[in-house]
Amino acid sequence: MTPIATPFFFYLLAGTMIIGGVLVITRRNAVHSALALIVALLAQAGMYLMLYAPFVAAVQIILYAGGIMVLFLFVIMLVNLERAQKERQFNRIWPVGLLSAFALGLLFVGVYSKGKTLLPSEMMQIPESSNTQEIARYLYGNYMFAFEIASLLLLVAIIGAVVMAKKRI
Amino acid sequence: MLSYLQSYLGGDALTPGQAGNQLWALIYILVIFAGVSVVVMAMNWIERKALAHMQVRLGPMRVGPHGLLQPIADALKLMLKEDIIPARADSFVFWIAPLIGLLSAFTVYIVIPFGPTQAVTDMNIGILFMLGVSSLSVLGVVMAGWASNSNYPLIGALRSSAQMVSYEVAMGLAVVSAVLMTSVGGIGMYDVAGDGIGTLSMIGIVQAQQAQHVWFLFKFFPLGLIAFFIFAVAMIAETNRAPFDLPEAESELTAGFHTEYSGLRWSLFMLAEYAAMVAVSSIAVTLWLGGWLRPFPNALAGPTWDFIFSLFPGLTFLALGAIGMFGFVRMPAHPFFRVQKLGLGGFAAVLALIGVLLLAIPFAARGHEGTILAGFAAGLSAVYWFIAKVAVFMYLYIWYRATFPRYRFDQLMSVGWKVLLPIALAVLIATAAVGVLIPVIQVWFKGRAG
Amino acid sequence: MTDPTTTLSRNPLDLDESRTFLDANELVINMGPQHPATHGVLRVILKLDGEKVLGTECVIGYLHRGVEKIAENRTYTMFNPYVDRMDYVAAVSNALGYCEAVEKLLNVEAPPRARYIRSILTELNRIASHQLWLGTHALDIGAMTPLFYTFRDREEILKIFEKYCGARLTTHAFRIGGCQYETYDGFEKDVLNFLQFVAPKIDEYEELLTTNRIWVERTKNIGVISAKDCIALGVTGPVLRASGVKWDLRKAQPYAAYKDFDFEIPIGQNGDTYDRYIVRMAEMRQSLRIIRQAVDAIPEGPIMAKVPKVIKPAVGEIYHSIEAPKGELGYFIVSDGSTQPYRVRVRPPSFVNLQALDLMVRGALVADVIAVIGTLDIVLGEVDR
Repeated sequence: MTPIATPFFFYLLAGTMIIGGVLVITRRNAVHSALALIVALLAQAGMYLMLYAPFVAAVQIILYAGGIMVLFLFVIMLVNLERAQKERQFNRIWPVGLLSAFALGLLFVGVYSKGKTLLPSEMMQIPESSNTQEIARYLYGNYMFAFEIASLLLLVAIIGAVVMAKKRI
Repeated sequence: MLSYLQSYLGGDALTPGQAGNQLWALIYILVIFAGVSVVVMAMNWIERKALAHMQVRLGPMRVGPHGLLQPIADALKLMLKEDIIPARADSFVFWIAPLIGLLSAFTVYIVIPFGPTQAVTDMNIGILFMLGVSSLSVLGVVMAGWASNSNYPLIGALRSSAQMVSYEVAMGLAVVSAVLMTSVGGIGMYDVAGDGIGTLSMIGIVQAQQAQHVWFLFKFFPLGLIAFFIFAVAMIAETNRAPFDLPEAESELTAGFHTEYSGLRWSLFMLAEYAAMVAVSSIAVTLWLGGWLRPFPNALAGPTWDFIFSLFPGLTFLALGAIGMFGFVRMPAHPFFRVQKLGLGGFAAVLALIGVLLLAIPFAARGHEGTILAGFAAGLSAVYWFIAKVAVFMYLYIWYRATFPRYRFDQLMSVGWKVLLPIALAVLIATAAVGVLIPVIQVWFKGRAG
Repeated sequence: MTDPTTTLSRNPLDLDESRTFLDANELVINMGPQHPATHGVLRVILKLDGEKVLGTECVIGYLHRGVEKIAENRTYTMFNPYVDRMDYVAAVSNALGYCEAVEKLLNVEAPPRARYIRSILTELNRIASHQLWLGTHALDIGAMTPLFYTFRDREEILKIFEKYCGARLTTHAFRIGGCQYETYDGFEKDVLNFLQFVAPKIDEYEELLTTNRIWVERTKNIGVISAKDCIALGVTGPVLRASGVKWDLRKAQPYAAYKDFDFEIPIGQNGDTYDRYIVRMAEMRQSLRIIRQAVDAIPEGPIMAKVPKVIKPAVGEIYHSIEAPKGELGYFIVSDGSTQPYRVRVRPPSFVNLQALDLMVRGALVADVIAVIGTLDIVLGEVDR
């Protein structure tokens, strides 16, 4: 299937992501920040689609926007945030923030100028229809060990959360 | 444009989305939107009538003949109600919460296959897309509860969303079992050689059931059945319906996340709930009940059986018209009932007319195979069987609501995590094991025999 | 279990002196007088820890009408219609208790035919009350359909009452000394038809609920009260019998015509909500048995004893209690020799049973509070009088 209006959609999605990201850090209300983050994550799912990775896009929506953000919202709503809203923002460390942003910018510039030689010249043309199968092949084939370690890590996190939260096992 | 339409109705084109035809995709979207709205209104009426009849009473009888105009009256009333926004509520989030629920409920319809080519589009990750988008509805619930700025809706919203998130896990695992079955050939019978490649696309799943000559409900018996039951229970919990409707029950302390919503906003929540019900029922029908396939496509095969089964749409509408006529005849002859009687008679006549039309199409298409008319008849038949199966699920929803008491919230969560999840995992592993072992056993047997 | 009379302090919300009154986790909420599930105007203040109930306090009196005070200013016959309004769900039982108490004071006895008629109507009343209990209890737990079915059955009983004395709910069926109305033509036929009509219905409700997994999970081990606590608190009726105590006033201190009937007293074992459900369903069946025996053996004769036109009992006092559907309904009447009683004190079963609420819901969840209120089967008209 031939792609349609690629630059338009790219700028649309990238713009949405950037605006969403900026809104996350500038809103006073924590719930508004979470909503902006959801918008940014959905735009990112769209970007994955443009990279011919539909499986990752769908999983991004299911897990990130539909699971992790719900968790964020739970925490925001259960914790009393009015006190936090009245506190001063951490504006005293702005020199450090400026320095790190400058370093990040240098990194971006470096990657952009050198990057064209770092990456292969053409995008790997993996057909979109077999994206899921290819991911499965690599995930359960070459990277099986990493997959198992990641699942073990998640198990440790779950058990830790349960142990810390329960009053009495 | 016209050539696309001709090839499409001929029955072997692609869905509008796949063919890249935006105009027809748009028309499909509009048709689906209107259809779902009508279905939600019809569900409102059917639920009240069916619930009432199960409870030895009549239900709405006044507004229109046998209450047929009741949904319209309800919609009008809700539109005219005062729009109350609680003080100090976050008005942006308050406004957007029902829209998110509605958006996620309606977006799912893009990939639902009403027929072999009757879908807006057929994504390669269709089932995954549906799971993802329906998980976005949780956000709408949470935001609605929070934006109401009141303690009880917040608790109700958190409970609702915790329930939905928990049952999504079991739902997803049951779906994975069904998807696994697409990649395994039917147990050596019918010479269907599975090359081990399954598919996530909705149309592909139904076509796999067609090729394997078995609905996944009956495949690897009882694994398909258990997976179907897990999905059926989880989908009721997903849509917050009885017996999992504690967060929105009246006799509990927390009155639910949509307490502070009134008028049109509340009706948006109701719309989203019913649309979500139809959507998850469609997923269940597609994955386990053979989608648009007519019953017994292989046991009762052949053109005569095909013809008999293609008469069903017309016969259904004729039966509905007959029931309407029966009600028309039984209405009292009092002048008070004149308008109602006329209305009911007219409605029954329209239904019967549609039935006659739907009967005429297979008759007309009988002699001419391969033409547009035959393709149209086949498409019509496919859509009818799909909708009939979804209608059975809708009736089951109403039946459960009338029959079962409610689960307490902690019991609900324990059922979701401690009962459904282990069973779903077990079914998944068993399906995978059976799927891997069957070709091995086949080869072994062939080696022994040959 | 410790003796509840010592652990129930005067303010049940002060549970532990070592902790502050309102911890960070604790929440005091109000199940207000207007609530779909409190069966009337009952206000329950709950102290919660998250979802768990730490203590409750019932505030009653919203339906107080001063019935006992009114009794001091009415003659004995004039007071008769007032007693129906206390337990309005099972009105005939109240009238039976009152009339029998005054008859004891007067030292007259109702003739046998009147006693049989009274027993039949009272047992019909018991079935009606239990049907209403079943419908509302199931509705609280979430099954909305049995409500309509049980009210349908109740309708048949109310039709019989309407044919007998003209009123459905507040019947004023009995008089001091017997019954005023003779049974109408076809009374026995109606009652037997009703028995035939309702017996399969009770089986149907059992089939719908008794083995239903959701029902069992919602009612087993919920609201447990031991026999010792029941006796200590004075709880009577199906609540007491479900805790294992075989005490029924119809057998222990027979009144009306119950001596002549052969029936069983169903009891439970654990004293939880499920056992109370089983006990009440079984009681309905036993009532059917009693009615059948009564209708078959109803004697001929007068229906009214020789009672003076102006009722002036001798100076004295009497306490007479009957087994109302909800428990022991007692009347303590003090007469000072005049036509109006000096004091009528009603011992309502719901009032005493409601005390057990706090004990039963400690440690349970909020959703269980509603189930327990339903299973205690209280009627606020009785509690507040």
